[in-house]
Amino acid sequence: MIANLSTYESVKTDSVKVWFKAGPASKFPKNGGACIKYKDKQIAVFNFTRQATWYACQNLCPHKMEMVLSRGMIGEENMQPKVACPLHKNTFSLKTGENLNGTLDAIATYPIKVEDGFVFVGFSE
Amino acid sequence: MKTIIVVGNGMVGYKFCEKLAAREESKNFKIIVFGEEPRAAYDRVHLSEFFGNRDAKSLELAPASWYTENNIELVVNERVTDIHRKTKTITTGSDKEYSYDYLVLATGSSPFVPPINGVEKEGVFVYRTIEDLEAMLDYAEKIKAKKSDGRAAILGGGLLGLEAGKAVMDMGLEPHVVEFAPKLMPRQLDSRSSNVLQLTLENIGINIHLGKATNRILGNGAITGMDFGEDDSLEVDMLVISAGIRPRDELGKTCNLAMGVRGGIVVNDRMQTSDPNIFAIGEVALYNQMIYGLVAPGYEMAEVAVNQIMESLEVVMSAEIDMSTKLKLIGVDVASFGVPYMPADKGLSIIYENKTKGLYKRINVSLDGKTLLGGIMVGDAEDYSILHQMYLNNLPLPDNAEELIVGSRGEGGSAFGSAMDLPDTAVICSCEAVTKGAVCCSVIDDGNETVKEVAKATKATTGCGGCKPMVADLVKESLKTLGKTVKESICEHFDHSRQELYDIVKLKGVQDYDQLLDEVGKGDGCEVCKPLAASIFASIYNETANRQETIQDSNDRYLANIQRNGTYSVVPRVAGGEISPKQLMAMGRIAKKYDLYTKITGGQRIDMFGAKLHELPLIWEELIAEGFETGQAYGKSLRTVKSCVGSTWCRYGMDESVSFAIEIENRYKGIRSPHKFKGGVSGCIRECAEARSKDFGFIAVEGGWNVYVGGNGGATPRHAELLAEKVDKETAIKYVDRFMMFYIKTAPPLTRTSAWLEKLEGGITYLKNVVINDSLGIVEELDAGMQNFVNTYKCEWKEAVETPEIRERYTHFINSEETDDNIEFVSLREQKMPKEWA
Repeated sequence: MIANLSTYESVKTDSVKVWFKAGPASKFPKNGGACIKYKDKQIAVFNFTRQATWYACQNLCPHKMEMVLSRGMIGEENMQPKVACPLHKNTFSLKTGENLNGTLDAIATYPIKVEDGFVFVGFSE
Repeated sequence: MKTIIVVGNGMVGYKFCEKLAAREESKNFKIIVFGEEPRAAYDRVHLSEFFGNRDAKSLELAPASWYTENNIELVVNERVTDIHRKTKTITTGSDKEYSYDYLVLATGSSPFVPPINGVEKEGVFVYRTIEDLEAMLDYAEKIKAKKSDGRAAILGGGLLGLEAGKAVMDMGLEPHVVEFAPKLMPRQLDSRSSNVLQLTLENIGINIHLGKATNRILGNGAITGMDFGEDDSLEVDMLVISAGIRPRDELGKTCNLAMGVRGGIVVNDRMQTSDPNIFAIGEVALYNQMIYGLVAPGYEMAEVAVNQIMESLEVVMSAEIDMSTKLKLIGVDVASFGVPYMPADKGLSIIYENKTKGLYKRINVSLDGKTLLGGIMVGDAEDYSILHQMYLNNLPLPDNAEELIVGSRGEGGSAFGSAMDLPDTAVICSCEAVTKGAVCCSVIDDGNETVKEVAKATKATTGCGGCKPMVADLVKESLKTLGKTVKESICEHFDHSRQELYDIVKLKGVQDYDQLLDEVGKGDGCEVCKPLAASIFASIYNETANRQETIQDSNDRYLANIQRNGTYSVVPRVAGGEISPKQLMAMGRIAKKYDLYTKITGGQRIDMFGAKLHELPLIWEELIAEGFETGQAYGKSLRTVKSCVGSTWCRYGMDESVSFAIEIENRYKGIRSPHKFKGGVSGCIRECAEARSKDFGFIAVEGGWNVYVGGNGGATPRHAELLAEKVDKETAIKYVDRFMMFYIKTAPPLTRTSAWLEKLEGGITYLKNVVINDSLGIVEELDAGMQNFVNTYKCEWKEAVETPEIRERYTHFINSEETDDNIEFVSLREQKMPKEWA
């Protein structure tokens, strides 16, 4: 199935209907990302250990529509957490999803929480 | 205490407040600002970004708290309805009365809606405020719910109209731009540049209709089309009117200020209206019989008004207003400056047009050929700033003026001088009116050392940002005059150069990235400093990329090169390019089994493409079982040592180049360095291995080997330089060992040996002294470092397939056994390739 940008829309915490159990926190690399599947969605999950925070966003890079963001490097720019796409180093805010070094479309971001050692990602459907 | 009332909280009204607040004397005034929109002033220039992010906050020029902090009372959602000049009071929509000593009208403009029959129909919009955009978005959703092929037209092919065209395209509607004039952006472009721009825009899906006068809007209640007369019409579901602006001058009319014939409140060069206590600035002000719809003149007016009220009476408006503009329109550079086009008796033009690349450049020079009058650029406006400066400062033209737009045909030099040649009065940043003198002064006298610092101090680059490259040049050159070089700090997290970090890691024995960040860095790192630190750790401890995998560049993290569709390529080492039939068959079998595309690389080995992430350990397991090891094609490390067949077979061969190449490739394999490096060994001076285009090369000659270093093919080819002549093999290796180690220790990140050697003070002579004569007394250390690399090499793919925790990294999903279903291949000459990018 070829990815479609419209599959991904940011979800705010107060509109979460499903907290999807994505896997044990220990499976996600420290200060790095991994990909999970929820229905027909591919979601990149980042374990930002240095900030003791987790982030989730679409795995699809809006630049060339490839499922690669989870393999990107994470970091921070002016306090804004970000991920750099491994294909062309486009960077996106992990908080707002906006493209920080260009004018690409913003990526969708999702609420995330860790409870009892498991990672949960919030979806509105 | 006197009171200043500002009517209007748009960009210019806000700029007035900002300039006022910056003045010490402003404390002696009571300041009240009225805005009729529900929110504080926002950046209207970048309004179309709202479609992308729907984030009104990000467009905000200053948060509401800014006004409070600066003792400015901001009243939003309140319209000023009347001015009573006799009593010096105003009344507002909610019937409140305020008295003023100075009144500043910054009411701006409203979109001009031409009196077309049917313009009141549902689905017809103007493009001006965030509320307009929200209404358009809602309506577009309604259209899309009804049909999949909805269309929207934009009336007006000016700057804003074209932006609106992109905006409706982003909403999922088919855009049609309808312009009355026979060309696009009629004020800025001539017809040829309009043609070029039209082609480019049509290619990205924006339909253009020129020379169309709209007679009537069709539809019963809601718009269904536009009628151009003579049986010519266009079916549309929505219409956005962007046909220019009209000043919001009602207040001036009702209190009898002097007005222009076609609207606008008349002002003098002090921005005073016919009532000396009332000022008008921005798009409502008629200055020199003109309304200026650009930000830069509006800002200048704000500055003048502030100064006049603060009694700095000598600050007045420039007599001539520069209407030059440069912008990125839907990804296409468009710029015009000075007089963009004119009749032939007023000047001569030089035109370059290349429709295959969507390029058009035109400059106009005076009849005597001595001065630049103006010009137009479409498709590439990189040289706009310098041309604009030449025009503004009346700089002399070079002998061959055409070089200004087609580039110099001589020694690769630019036809332009340096930005430092401009006079100090040259305005570099026209949005904020910052001169070259102010930028240089900010560096030389005030000690600012980066573009960021200078931007903060002078506000240069903070408007449209078009002057950034020039400001960067000025900062760099000014630092040079101080004897300082531009600080080579690698990113915001480390205030060090790579060499400094290398020494820190080594001396302090720093073990990992987090420790390095804690001890000498700040923040949480980024994609620039992480791989750089990884390279340093690898150079000092010879650790593989597997240990700190999340600070590696993506390719190093997965020990494979990511390709266009997110799959990977697999490249085993084939030292010296020597491969047995048995190995070839093994590779063929494995490639076939995993359906990989295979190709011979430029470095005499075989690349296998199209492996999915989860297949990598499986493929490598089989390759390792067949005796292969990683080729590190993904790393900043040794790639290959290319060889000719040498004296074993070749009748001209002077020595055994293949054996030497294999030996040296195995010696340096796995070493991480600031950038990738390659070698070559040729058996005679015919140089079939092209060793002099490599980072290091050996050529067999009568009596020994010649050693070359610092060569490069690629984007900036450079022949390697001779380091030593006619030496034996052991000596040749020793010299290159030291050369490589010295480079690894001292080179800036991502700098090939050729660029490093080029910049090395003293060049090859200095290098010879270091590695042959030991002028720095470090060769022992360099030799020991290299020996350590050689002794501690391990194949990182072997490590990966044998270690379960590392193998686990190679799954597409953490929570599913499924593989990525987004990857599509198409066939190509009996093999496969990734599906083209859309």
